[in-house]
Amino acid sequence: MFARLILSRLLELVAVLFGVSLIVFLMIRLIPGDAVAIMLGANTEITPDRLAELRGRLGLDLPIIEQYLRWAGAALRGDLGVSIWTGRPVFDEIMAQVGPTLELTLLSLIIGAGLSVPAGVLMAKWRGRGADAVLRIVSVVGLTTPSFWLGIILILLLAAVAPEAQALGYVPFSQDPLGNLGRMILPAIALSFPIVAQLSRLVRSAMLDALGQDYVRTARAKGLSENAVVYRHALRNALIPFVTSLGVTAGYLLGGAIVVEQVFAIPGMGRLILGAISERNYPLVQASILVVTFAFVIVNAIIDVLYVVLDPKLRS
Amino acid sequence: MKRLLWRDATLTFAALLVAAHVLAAIAAPLIAPHDPLAQNIIARLKGPSADNWLGADQLGRDVFSRILYGYRTSLAVSLGAVFASLLAGGALGLLAAFYKGWFERIVMRCMDALFAFPVLLLAIGVVAMLGPQASSAAIAIAIVYTPIFARLMRAAALVVIESEFVVAAKTIGCSDARLLVRHVLPNLASVMIAQTALMLSAAILVEASLSFLGLGAQPPSPSLGLMLAEGRNFLMLSPWSAIFAGLAILILSFGFNLLGDALRDRLDPRLRGG
Repeated sequence: MFARLILSRLLELVAVLFGVSLIVFLMIRLIPGDAVAIMLGANTEITPDRLAELRGRLGLDLPIIEQYLRWAGAALRGDLGVSIWTGRPVFDEIMAQVGPTLELTLLSLIIGAGLSVPAGVLMAKWRGRGADAVLRIVSVVGLTTPSFWLGIILILLLAAVAPEAQALGYVPFSQDPLGNLGRMILPAIALSFPIVAQLSRLVRSAMLDALGQDYVRTARAKGLSENAVVYRHALRNALIPFVTSLGVTAGYLLGGAIVVEQVFAIPGMGRLILGAISERNYPLVQASILVVTFAFVIVNAIIDVLYVVLDPKLRS
Repeated sequence: MKRLLWRDATLTFAALLVAAHVLAAIAAPLIAPHDPLAQNIIARLKGPSADNWLGADQLGRDVFSRILYGYRTSLAVSLGAVFASLLAGGALGLLAAFYKGWFERIVMRCMDALFAFPVLLLAIGVVAMLGPQASSAAIAIAIVYTPIFARLMRAAALVVIESEFVVAAKTIGCSDARLLVRHVLPNLASVMIAQTALMLSAAILVEASLSFLGLGAQPPSPSLGLMLAEGRNFLMLSPWSAIFAGLAILILSFGFNLLGDALRDRLDPRLRGG
């Protein structure tokens, strides 16, 4: 049964990855006009020879199905082509810049998830008419605060409080761990703010739901302390929807990181992709989106399976 | 509807907030104290004053007037995009739920693939291909939100289609089109309206993010995200333009989100107070 479940998830995963690759592949067809002429026109004079040469190099003179098979086949072997302008393998360029983005995403996820569980539990305990209304307004404000704006506000606040502190830029963790975390903390707070609002509300309503269940009444009836009821019985069940929503949250953070990076001058995927867009380096744009989305989908699938392992109800 | 509005203070407040913004955007030429593009060198980077209520930007343009016009861009892109995705996603989801079989499988697999992308990343990719401008941002947002509406519509429609009155209508020989339009859709309207308000709130933030990255409306057109990006470069000289532009995005998105939230609560009694 369990093996069959894993197998069906695996098939689903392959189907989604195939769909994702098809969408990324077809994306280049959205370019109005001749993509090759546009790419070439960004840097050099357009001549028929150069057009034909680049077209041939990108394989764009082949039938579309063959183009896809070649492109996908190469991508599966880790070959995403070479950057049109620098000649470096696209994969290397991505690997060189993915670090800061991953760090920012992960840090925000830890802060967001870490804060929203206790916040949600507290919110569930303070249930009442007045408190509900206030919580709703606060959580909607949190949810709709643009993180890139919050980042700017945080920079201003830091400049007012500690003018000598260095808030912008990036140093690798391996070089200077404290300097790295010191610079990442503001962007991570800005990025995780909306998800704290969303997730804590989710935890709260799941907690309220759980606290109304029969097993909680039973736990109370057998004389367990309030803390044991709340934390050992209700919270464990309330965390299930929370864990499932972490995947979507990670996707939100990954996209948001690209924007927040720009506020704090962090050299990550945002800089790579935006640079590629302004150079009209479409293959690099495609490859970046493909790599990030694949990684994201695969991590989500793993979480999905773990979640089944953790939840006995789903195993049977 | 009227009684419903008065019964719920949050709903009323949110509806008024949204209505005020839409009106302000429409009436921007009448309300704005200055031309949003007019440069005034003397007022450059000045803070709020009697003449420039919210200050002036790096070219001496009035921030308040630019925000009013920025609402126009923001609302035009978000409304256009969300309604397009509601129509496309809603139709696909409804037909998938109704006809099932291979049609449903193919449509929903496509939606799964689209849904698998991180929203902003896919939007950036689409804009990159179409070329950075406001209309590309609208198309990108419409594409990324289509699967969300399709999935929601399909899930909600499946329940309604199984219900007795639909089966009964089918039994007495109701045509497919009539069944969907007269019996199924009216029962899904409330769910979709609440979701539309929530998606508008999110779309406003995505549009602002895209124009902040330089991938939406292009200068010198007044756009909230762009104002924030330009203001960022003069932050230490004069933060006003950036602060107020961001606040404007927040309030606009807040209004729609609160509206959607309150509507969802109203429509689903189980969620009331939860």
